[in-house]
Amino acid sequence: MAIHVHRQERLWLTAGLAILVVFAAVITTSAIVDGFVPPSRVQSIDPTKVAQTPPFDHPGLRRVAPGAYEAYYVARIFSFTPAEIRVPAGSRVTFYVTSADVEHGFSIPETGVNTMVTPGWVSGVSHRFAKPGTYLLVCNEYCGAGHQLMAAKVVVTP
Amino acid sequence: MTTVVRDAPRTRPNPVLELSRANGDLLVLTHIYTATLVLGVGALFGMLQGFSRANLIVMPAWFDYYRMLTAHGVLMALVFTTFFITGLFTYCVYRTIPRVRSVTLGWAGYCLMLLGTAMAAVAILDGSASVLYTFYAPLKASPLFYFGATFLVLGTWIVALDLFLNVAWFKRARPAERIPLPAFMATCTMIMWIVATLGVVAEMGLLIPWSLGWTSGIDVGLTRMFFWYFGHPLVYFWIMGAYTIWYAVVPTTFRGTVFSDALTRLAFVMLLLLSTPVGLHHQYLDPGVSSGWKLLHTMTTFGVVIPSFMTAFAIFATFELAARRAGVRGFANVVRWLPWRDPVFAGPALGMLLFIFGGFGGIVNNSYSMDVLVHNTMWIVGHFHITVGGPVALTFIGAAYGLIPALSGRKLFAPKLALVQVYTWFAGMSIMSIAMHWAGLLGAPRRTSDVSYFGAQGAATWHPEMLWAAVGGTIVALSVVMFIVVATGTWVADRRTASRPELAFAPLDRDAASTPAVLDRLGRWAFVAIVLAVLAYAGPVTQQLHAHAYLAPGMRTW
Repeated sequence: MAIHVHRQERLWLTAGLAILVVFAAVITTSAIVDGFVPPSRVQSIDPTKVAQTPPFDHPGLRRVAPGAYEAYYVARIFSFTPAEIRVPAGSRVTFYVTSADVEHGFSIPETGVNTMVTPGWVSGVSHRFAKPGTYLLVCNEYCGAGHQLMAAKVVVTP
Repeated sequence: MTTVVRDAPRTRPNPVLELSRANGDLLVLTHIYTATLVLGVGALFGMLQGFSRANLIVMPAWFDYYRMLTAHGVLMALVFTTFFITGLFTYCVYRTIPRVRSVTLGWAGYCLMLLGTAMAAVAILDGSASVLYTFYAPLKASPLFYFGATFLVLGTWIVALDLFLNVAWFKRARPAERIPLPAFMATCTMIMWIVATLGVVAEMGLLIPWSLGWTSGIDVGLTRMFFWYFGHPLVYFWIMGAYTIWYAVVPTTFRGTVFSDALTRLAFVMLLLLSTPVGLHHQYLDPGVSSGWKLLHTMTTFGVVIPSFMTAFAIFATFELAARRAGVRGFANVVRWLPWRDPVFAGPALGMLLFIFGGFGGIVNNSYSMDVLVHNTMWIVGHFHITVGGPVALTFIGAAYGLIPALSGRKLFAPKLALVQVYTWFAGMSIMSIAMHWAGLLGAPRRTSDVSYFGAQGAATWHPEMLWAAVGGTIVALSVVMFIVVATGTWVADRRTASRPELAFAPLDRDAASTPAVLDRLGRWAFVAIVLAVLAYAGPVTQQLHAHAYLAPGMRTW
């Protein structure tokens, strides 16, 4: 007992399905070929011992190669440590972030830097800062009464 | 065909059946008025949030922004929608399966939902549960909040049981007949809801002992996964409620028909199967979940778009078929012919317009790495206001203008105001949602009482959008006031109609094909839905449990 489907409906659904297949193909290709995947680091950490666990016992910026930096951040109500980093324009910075208390967010608006910061896990996200300027870094997940104050700066020097 | 579904003409009024029907109507009416009251309170809070974010007011410490935001989210997303939908589905089942029935189970469900809501509301209002409607651990609310939320869910399970028992009775009593379409849609959705709420009940199984101090820590990643296992199907619970009205009620406003019984049932079965194995698209930016699992859920989420494509076609086909039968042809003429002055039509129809944009936005959000640009920005807030606040709420409100007279036998108070109300809502929600989407593209974060960030350079561009959002929010709040005036006015004025107006369900189209019997085997589809959910989640849950040995202590940071 087949369901009768009108001709126009078959056309409509075929076109819709085709669009979805194209979307899925583009997303999968860009994920596999270009590595465009959302930040998905799988590395656990004891959230009660963040201050004693290297490298988060000394959060801050490290230069790993010319133009390449690693930045280790601790998110804690209601601030980020370090509060400010400075890198020259054109640098690629890989951010590693963890939380010492509750769920936080880590977002630099209008860049690709955006990740959740979950207690018990280390988040990782990388970005190349082409343009000089002072970038605002905000917590974009509600973390408590002072959430709206939780921000830091990334200064990109010319 | 059985999809009728006006009540059969009663040549000899059966007083027992009449009484049973009146009892059922009172139960449904109570659901609808509860939802109305909740919508009013939620809208007031929403408007004040808009003012706060636009820096027009600062909320006082005794009722701070985040307490209000928690109340707004819980009331709108979890309480208003749930009371309306359980009421609507009770109506769908009771009216299409007329019988002498007990409404005890229905009332038990309602009372437990109400008790749960009251408990959670007390916890939120006294400031011991400012954890927002997502209650992400390790933010630790008072146990009252978690118990309240659990009772709300368990109450819906009792309502579902009542509906299932009625449908089972029908199948026993009339084995040769198909389940009436509205009852089918109700049952299908409630099965999906039970599969989905298993996730939040499992989460409560972790949160309640922890909030009582019986366990010292909580696995944050696991509770997030359980929450979003429930969180996305929650959205489909709303949408399936709205679709039920679109398919079965909206056509009655222009003497239309259900375009295809079989395709409607197929769409609902697909929604039952595909609503749950998709939740990781809310966790694209979560650490501790591999990108491969996230990509799998991207694909399944695209799958759940298909029944919405089917719905779009069926609804527009219904419009066109009815117009042609009335001798109206051509796109513009059909649009003009539709009953835009009837709020029962205009509400859902304006909602459909908004849903076109909501659907596009949803596909953007689902687009994996693209989510990085919008995640936790105001774009997302704009998205769910143009979906649950658009098609869903407008459809429910529009339907309420038909339901309230049908259930109470009262004439609708100020029907012109009702009409103005749905258009005002449409305008306000459009303004607010466009402003929110725009702010999100500029990077403005959501869930923040103030986006000025001490005058930081990047934040300056967000303020004008926040002002526009406040303007839109005020218009929506005024619209809610109009709705409440009409709803309570109908009650207070108490003008009885000579014959009880009927919110009937649309008949099947005469061309409609016969429906394969397998679509009605809901037990079987429920089993498949559970299997799909297990397949989609076995991997990521195992990853959480294996890689993660650490628990986080609870905290109250507000």
